[in-house]
Amino acid sequence: MVERGSPGAVGRSGGAGPLRRLLYDARVRGLLWQVALVAAVVWLGWWLAANVAANLERQRIATGFGYLQRPASFGIGESLIPFEPTDSYARVLLVGLLNTVYVSILANLLATGLGLVVGVLRLSPNPLLARLMLWYVEILRNVPLLLQLFFWYSVVLLLPPVRESLQPLPGVFLSNGGLFVPTLHWSKELLACLLAAVAGLVLALPLARRRREAALAAGRPPRSAPSILSLTLLPPLALGLVLRPDLAVDWPVPGTFRISGGAALSPEFTALLVGLSLATSASIAEIVRSGIQAVPKGQWEAAGSLGLHRGQAMRLVVLPQALRIMIPPLTSTYLSTTKNSSLAVAIGYPDLVSVSNTTMNQTGQAIEAIAIFMSIYLALSLATSAFMNWYNARVALVTR
Amino acid sequence: MAATSPPLSSAPGPSGALRPPGGGELGRAFRAYFGSPLNSLVSIACLVLLLWLATAAVDWLLLDALWDGGPQDCKANDGACWPFLLEKLRFNLFGFYPYEQHWRPATAVALMLAMIGLTMWPGSWRPWLLLAWLAALLLMYLLMAGGLLGLVPVPTSQWGGFPLTLMLAVVGFGAAFPLGILLALGRRSALPAVRALAIGYIELIRGVPLISLLFMASVLLPLFLPAGWTIDKVLRAQVAIILFAAAYIAEVVRGGLQAVDRGQLEAAHALGLGYWQSMGLVVLPQALRVSIPPMVTTFIGFFQDTTLVTIVGLFDFLSSIRASLRDPQWQGIAVVEGYLFAAVVFFVFCYGMGRYSRWLEARFRVGHR
Repeated sequence: MVERGSPGAVGRSGGAGPLRRLLYDARVRGLLWQVALVAAVVWLGWWLAANVAANLERQRIATGFGYLQRPASFGIGESLIPFEPTDSYARVLLVGLLNTVYVSILANLLATGLGLVVGVLRLSPNPLLARLMLWYVEILRNVPLLLQLFFWYSVVLLLPPVRESLQPLPGVFLSNGGLFVPTLHWSKELLACLLAAVAGLVLALPLARRRREAALAAGRPPRSAPSILSLTLLPPLALGLVLRPDLAVDWPVPGTFRISGGAALSPEFTALLVGLSLATSASIAEIVRSGIQAVPKGQWEAAGSLGLHRGQAMRLVVLPQALRIMIPPLTSTYLSTTKNSSLAVAIGYPDLVSVSNTTMNQTGQAIEAIAIFMSIYLALSLATSAFMNWYNARVALVTR
Repeated sequence: MAATSPPLSSAPGPSGALRPPGGGELGRAFRAYFGSPLNSLVSIACLVLLLWLATAAVDWLLLDALWDGGPQDCKANDGACWPFLLEKLRFNLFGFYPYEQHWRPATAVALMLAMIGLTMWPGSWRPWLLLAWLAALLLMYLLMAGGLLGLVPVPTSQWGGFPLTLMLAVVGFGAAFPLGILLALGRRSALPAVRALAIGYIELIRGVPLISLLFMASVLLPLFLPAGWTIDKVLRAQVAIILFAAAYIAEVVRGGLQAVDRGQLEAAHALGLGYWQSMGLVVLPQALRVSIPPMVTTFIGFFQDTTLVTIVGLFDFLSSIRASLRDPQWQGIAVVEGYLFAAVVFFVFCYGMGRYSRWLEARFRVGHR
């Protein structure tokens, strides 16, 4: 692996024949190295493939993805889309994938909120509070995630039975049957209001940016919050007054053996969500802390000398710069949370890996099943990092 | 916010004007906790929380705890169940390793811990350390497997508990280290085919969860080998961990390589050193030094990740604790105690390593000045 065209290597042997000179040419050597390496990799791949083919033939295992069309004939505990045991293995995969995405998004959202608070409090001038938050982070980061998941799962199972559910908040029931939370009744009118809000937001963002630029050009402090808020909130409110949607809340109602109504989160899902969110929040707290600390001290001082007080300096000067520093590590944290959600297989939540595991046990199509879920994870990872790289390049600080 | 914390020395300095007025050590400490009404409120809330946690812990661990008795006594009692931990201690630590041979894994663990301790001392970073590790690993394998010097042979299927966890992490990391360095060099190589292969491998491995590699190793590895080759279950998981760790180590080393000034490589070339010489003698020694603290952090991660082998049916530390929790006699009685014990062991280890990493970082920073 000699640097291409590096001068020192050429012609070291003086005039000892053209072949010898060729061998000492950096470019030729580089080529030889690469040919040898590629040949070795190709040979390894061919050897493995030949072994697989021979082994499969000996064990009479048919390969191919035909099994995806066959009925799965097993039930799945929880699913975001309707699922029957007569559905195909392809649908099993879809159920698993949706569960993985669902729990990852929820856990990342909860962890971001929690991590932001803990990270900022870690830098509190009050030593007691800062120390307390430090221990929160240390404990969660120094205990294996799998152990944390087992712990939370057993804690959920140790809770009182459904009949004696705990009620941490009115309408929220916690028992060894899982977590029950109230939900909104979905209606067409409500959906229309939600869509109006989204449309308003989409409209408001470019408008707010233009106004912001105009304000900055005119030397006035930019205020974008009022216009964004009004454009996002007023249309759905107006629509709501006209359509009068049924704003009924679906409360969970405790019965003798089960709780009806509301949304039910299974014990497995509850444990996974709690475990993943807490563990991720510790990582995010560290990212937030180091992001804020990475902003040069001079920025605080400059903000102070402009007459901004502490909160303003944090909000207007330090945080916007810190956020940019935080984006790359946050991306990898989100990605690893998504990958870590595969530990669900250990506590029996039907995520992608868990349903693939069941599938390969039932069909014997281990290569295909593992290849499928590995490619899905890879695609998720590459897509997320591609998006975040694009976003990072957009917001990255241009330094002189 | 620590960025504006008051200077530690009370001597008047250039920032003297920014210093809060008056008061000595005590006054400053008082202001830190009760400087403003909001701050006082925060302090009091924290104190109440701490007091509550402390009393709850003391109650559960000591005052309400049961020190001897059986499962039924523990079931009737509210506090911690120490008899469970004491009775299951050796099983938790050593798994199904033959009971009367427990001194062997215990010695192996002691040896491994001693070697880790030695490695943590920067003065030991010399070529002889590598030889010492090879000798120690050989000795440990001999102790665990037996079959020589009158030691009863113990098949790997009976290996378990803490020694297995430690071995998977240490051997995995050690074997992945050279592979990771090669991958990092490949990723920064000027040869396009080498670079493409290294990037492909690193991104592939980092894009999938460890559990998928473990599944692959335990289910698919036999399929990938010629008929008749059998490969041990522990070794399979070990291979998966090595392949996984190599990709992450490669990224850490790459960070170190990037931190080395380009002029160093050019200077090495100017001296007439070839690629391997300039890398091995000039660039890598500087790059590895920078990457040691993040490497320790990576090791902490792997040490925790070895618990995943319990999913593919290996009997590591976490599995043996789960097995004692499932013991019909004790089922559902001491769950919290069992997991807390495991958590404390992992915490002590990982926290200690983390402190070490920070100490090393501070030392290096001083050395650079």
